[in-house]
Parts: sequence; structure tokens; C-alpha cells
Amino acid sequence: MSRPDVVVTGLGATTPLGGDVASTWDAMLAGRSGVSALTQEWAAQLPVRIAAQLAVEPSEVLDRVRLRRLDRSEAIAIIAAQQAWADAGLADSGLDGERLAVSVGSGIGGATTLLAQDDILEASGPRRVSPHTIPMLMPNGPAAWVGLELGAKAGVHSVASACATGAEAIALGLDIIRAGRADVVVAGGTEAVIHALPIAGFSSMRAMSTRNDEPERASRPWDRGRDGFVLGEGAGIVVLERAEHAAARGARVYARLAGAGITSDAYDIVQPHAEGEGAIRAIARAIADADVAKRDIVHVNAHATSTPVGDMLEIGALHKALGDHPVLAATKSMTGHLLGAAGALESIATILAIRDGVVPPTINLDDPDDGLTLEVAAHKARHMEIPAALNNAFGFGGHNVALVFARP
Amino acid sequence: MTRDEITTGLAEILEEVAGVNPDDVAEGKSFTDDLDVDSLSMVEVVVAAEEKFGVKIPDNEVQNLKTVGDAVTYIEAQS
Repeated sequence: MSRPDVVVTGLGATTPLGGDVASTWDAMLAGRSGVSALTQEWAAQLPVRIAAQLAVEPSEVLDRVRLRRLDRSEAIAIIAAQQAWADAGLADSGLDGERLAVSVGSGIGGATTLLAQDDILEASGPRRVSPHTIPMLMPNGPAAWVGLELGAKAGVHSVASACATGAEAIALGLDIIRAGRADVVVAGGTEAVIHALPIAGFSSMRAMSTRNDEPERASRPWDRGRDGFVLGEGAGIVVLERAEHAAARGARVYARLAGAGITSDAYDIVQPHAEGEGAIRAIARAIADADVAKRDIVHVNAHATSTPVGDMLEIGALHKALGDHPVLAATKSMTGHLLGAAGALESIATILAIRDGVVPPTINLDDPDDGLTLEVAAHKARHMEIPAALNNAFGFGGHNVALVFARP
Repeated sequence: MTRDEITTGLAEILEEVAGVNPDDVAEGKSFTDDLDVDSLSMVEVVVAAEEKFGVKIPDNEVQNLKTVGDAVTYIEAQS
């Protein structure tokens, strides 16, 4: 049996740049920053007081009673999944639930629920703790809610690989369709942990930018002045579909998910391998899996989080695994780092780059690091033909995921 | 507190917790079958009712409170 092609037929997102894919993509191409100051009282004492917060609050989309039983990460996963589902033309399509799977993960899970309920426990005792606490904080919650929403009966999966989660969830969707276990997989990532504790934790690792006075300039991948990532929140969901299934129903196809590569470093719990060995192998595997010529992969949406070490390691890995011809984008310069949703949102940006023939800008790249030896569309979008493109996502724990998308 | 006042108080809780239309709340209505209150929301309703009416509703009592009228009777007897 030959391996089935897998295509992307629907996109959904809610991000710091917009409440849907169209507004997010427009803002990206215009080079807008979604980062702003945290003016909440709880942020006043933190060393980091900036973040990329959602452009559209979930309460503007879902009703109040529904939101009572959803963690914020679950609510935005549902919102993005509803969009992707409608975008794919699958609403009211009568798709057999037994041929539909879900693969949606989160890097950290329902941390804000955990912390809010712990406050209630301390202040008012155990009887006041919400009976919705466990389904709100469990890491499979977002995937399970999306599965319920869409009637998925072929399995609901929740990948957890820190900042590689969104990309790995999409890679799992590819495997599921190739293995014949489903015709359609709703895949992606979600994250909503803009709260004092996660910020304090990342900040204690010295991983975050402290450019508090210039929020919009704080996320600056590959720039000499970069000093860490900026935390973002949001969800990105794609509808993956067996190509023949999509063709049979006359679905609009954005791109082909041509291949995926997943590796692990076995090196350190948080530091990437010093030579980027795991990243190089992931990119090489993705390219081999995709059966696409390296010269056709002319664009990379890089992981590039704006940390001093990681940004340059990725450049080295791209040189070794792909060559010196691709034009890069670090869309985190605009969206901040959505952790478990990053790989999914950046896959969406990669797919739209192919569709529209445009590399989104990398903002704040005012003074490129000497190690930046590949081309970047700095400040302004660059229009060019993109037959195929790569998206990288790496996560604490030594997770490396690379995805290759190509024109349908 | 009259039965009507207790019913009105329960309707407020049901609206807040489960989005039930207050006009639908009447003594003869079943929480699960008529008002669509699921088991987790029922836990929230009970805790909120304890607070609002200053009563204790033990877990083994909750299963007997099938209708709004059952709850009104129980709260009336306790308060």
C-alpha cells in the first residue's frame, strides 16, 4: 500500500495579533508587535512585566457559563478549532466521527486554574474548590474538549513536549493519517499561562527578556540586543486530511504536509545540544521524509525565540541540514513565544507563506548578530515563490521537531 | 424565608452556575431532566445554596433533591 498524501484544509487561531487567522496574518505581514506591558497588579513585583496577550478575549467568543468550566487554554483551543473546522468546510459535512481524530497539546497545561483553585483552597477550604478543577487543569483537557466539540471518535491525543508541542502534535496527526487510523485530524497547540508563577519560573532561569520599558522591541531574534524570550498566549489549530479524502469532497487545499522529523537530544534537561546535533537530525529527517528537494525549501519559519544561545545554534543547524539558500522568518519577534502553541501558530504562518508567496518580516532585527549567516526578511515582508518551507520547534526536555510543508 | 423566596434564590444560583433561565425554574422542575444541570454543576449549586441560605446540605442528602421543590423543602426545614 502506498503512503497517502496529507494536506492542510483548514486553519484556526487566536493570538496576540488577532482573534483569527486572517487578522493574525495581516498583522504579521505588516510587522506589528503583539507585545505590551503587563499592567495587572500581580505583575508589579515581577522582574518581567511584559507579555504578548490575546488580542481578543475568549469571553468575546464563548458564553460566560461555558467559560466557567474551561481553563483559558481550553477555551482558546476550542475557539481555534471551531474556526479551523468551519474553514475546512467540515461543519455540517456529516463526517464520520470514527474517521476523525484530535491531536492538541499544551506545554504547561491548566496552570492558572491550578493556582486560582489553590488560592480558594487556602482562603476558603476544600469544599469551595470548583468541581471543574480537574477537567480544567488536566493536560489532555484542551484535546478532549476539542474532541467533544467536533465529535472525534478515532482518538484524542495530547502531546506534551514543551515548546515543541504544537509542531509535534501536527507530526502525530501526519502519522495517524498515514497509518490509516483517521481521514481527518484536528491538530495543534494551545497555551495560556500569563501569570506570576510561570513568569517567575522562566525568569529565574534567566530565559526571559527584561526589556520592560520597550515591550514592542523586547522580542528580537538574532539581534545583538536580544536578552530572552517574551511570553505569549494563544492557540493554533490546523485541519489535516488525507489528500484523496479532501479531493473527493472538493475541499480547498492550503498546502501539503510533506514530512516531519522528530528527535531528542539526550543531552540536558533544558540546554540544547551544544552543536545543535538533535536539531540537525530533526531537520534532516523531515527533509528525507518529505521527499522534497532541499533547493525547493526556500523559506524557514525558525524556532528563534530571542534567547542568546538558542537563536545561533539553530542557524548552525540550518546551515548543516539544509544549506545557505533559505530566507528565514522569526515570527516570534511579533507574537512572542506561545510555548506549546508556538509550533502550531508558526506552522500556520509557514503554510500561508507558501500560499501567498511571501516571507513574513522579522521585526526588531536592527543589529544582526555576527552569527546570522542566513538571509532574513528583516523589518519588511519579502515576496517570493515558495514551493516548500520548513518549520522548526524545539522544547525544554531536548525535543526537536521539524515539519516540511509544500505547495499542494 | 418563604418557599417563593427560596425558589427565587435557587434560580439566581442556577443562572449563575449553569446558565438556566430563571423563568424556567419552578418547584416541579427536575434539576437534571428539565433544567439540564449536570452532576458537576449540581455540586456547585449545592455549595452556593449552603452559602446563600446558611444551611448544610450533606452529600448523602443531595441525591434526594431531584426537583427544585425537593431542595426548597429541605432548605426550608433547615433554615
